[in-house]
Amino acid sequence: MHASVRPVLSLKIPPTVTNAAARETAAALSMRMTISKLNFFYGSKQVLFDVSMGIATNKVTSLIGPSGCGKSTLLRTLNRMHEAVRSARLEGEILLDGQDIFTQDVTSHRRRVGMVFQRPNPFPKSIFDNVAYGLRINGSNVPISDAVEKSLRRAALWDEVKDHLHKSAYELSGGQQQRLCIARALAVEPEVLLLDEPCSALDPISTAKIEELLVQLKDLCTIVTVTHNMQQAARISDFTAFLLTGQLIEFSPTPQLFTTPGDPRTEAYITGRFG
Amino acid sequence: MNSRLRWRKFVSGFMLTMTGVCALVSVSVLFFILGHLVYHGGTSISWAFFTKLPAPVGETGGGMANAILGSAKMLLLASLIGVPIGFFGAIYLAEFSGGTTAFVVRYAADLLNGVPSIVIGIFAYSIVVLPFKHFSTLAGGFALGLMMIPITLRSTEEFLRAVPGALREAAMALGASKWKTIVTVIVPAAYRGILTAVLLAFARVAGETAPLLFTALGNRFWSPGWNQPTDSLPVAIYRYAISPFEDWHRQAWAAGLVLLALILVINIVARAILSRGIAVPRS
Repeated sequence: MHASVRPVLSLKIPPTVTNAAARETAAALSMRMTISKLNFFYGSKQVLFDVSMGIATNKVTSLIGPSGCGKSTLLRTLNRMHEAVRSARLEGEILLDGQDIFTQDVTSHRRRVGMVFQRPNPFPKSIFDNVAYGLRINGSNVPISDAVEKSLRRAALWDEVKDHLHKSAYELSGGQQQRLCIARALAVEPEVLLLDEPCSALDPISTAKIEELLVQLKDLCTIVTVTHNMQQAARISDFTAFLLTGQLIEFSPTPQLFTTPGDPRTEAYITGRFG
Repeated sequence: MNSRLRWRKFVSGFMLTMTGVCALVSVSVLFFILGHLVYHGGTSISWAFFTKLPAPVGETGGGMANAILGSAKMLLLASLIGVPIGFFGAIYLAEFSGGTTAFVVRYAADLLNGVPSIVIGIFAYSIVVLPFKHFSTLAGGFALGLMMIPITLRSTEEFLRAVPGALREAAMALGASKWKTIVTVIVPAAYRGILTAVLLAFARVAGETAPLLFTALGNRFWSPGWNQPTDSLPVAIYRYAISPFEDWHRQAWAAGLVLLALILVINIVARAILSRGIAVPRS
């Protein structure tokens, strides 16, 4: 690897940090997922270069960076959504709880690693059926209505929809639809929840609700979110990874990355000099 | 007002009138046909028309019950052939096939759609009528079914493709396999469109005459089972209209009215289904 692309990894595995506070944090962490030497290609175009990082259990990890830096691609590889693209190809290793995710059955892997997308994408079904969808297709034997209620409560949507669960999901506002999508993902009890710019299509009030929700949800599952809103990353995440042109430039505990960035490019980005 | 401006105003007014008249003519053709049919056929429609067999030559009265039933049987058969093949073909085309295969299938479907219906009739004649040595309901239904395949296939494919990719992703991300996604999300999201497509294909073949001329042939009596020549509304119209009898002409008008009314109703129902459609956001 060329010297200029070596990332600043304050959160390496094993952690090799100098900052005492960060070392303590890192030492106490267990990693839900680890990504090692990930190279990703669309056809002959390489979009991720040698990315290695860990996703800490029950924490919020944010991926930030300018458009086209590969942060969404990185997120999508975590639940193998990239496989829907014919020309996509990757090298490297991703582990979930120590197991290589590419040797697992893809559908059962996706049950363990849920995903919420940029634009709310509820199914053209009722609110109830949206949340129940994952349970039904997986032939779950928990009572469905209990599970639906639980998921809607966790997504902080229950009080708003409990009286019209059988109305179309499209009658909800954009922010409610996005929380419905979160409830739908939570219903199958994933270990990891991936969110791809979940607030970019929402107004500030809905955004605030979702941010608050994510912070609460980390007790339930590990959260990885992509955002190009740096303030959002600073508000909600425990760890932040900064990517630039497919390279992981810096990966640190959030306060550290935003206050004392270790790489001049990170500093340039977070102070708004580019991107 | 200078002369140039006046000229432009004149051209504008002239073109507006021209296009308006053309638009009026195209809609009035439908109303003219309808009016004509109601005028000539309306008086000949009676309960007997729907329930009685044709009367022997020289006697007045009688009906076209056998032709109505024959058409119904052949359309049922056509739907049983055309709808499943078109529907599953469309699923393959929209969800599974890659560039070249999709292109070939789509192109072939469009060509099949463009094959003159009389040629479809000859084809059905040679592969059903000749081996069975019988004109039959089966052969007529087969010919109509062949015509339904490309219509159903292409329009179903369009409606499947219109389902936003975001819904596919949502289902996949929840651990749904490709088939589960198709069965539980994509087809339900597109089903109104698909139903409309099927109804329009049905309406389209309901009025076909040419493919039935030498497959179902025609019959002035009931046609029991599936292996006998049968009458159908379009063929009955053809036979009655070219006959020398005044009473038969009136019956032909009545049959035309019934057929057109059926097709209009199907079209209106299809549009109603589509317009009540769920607003899947287009993204």
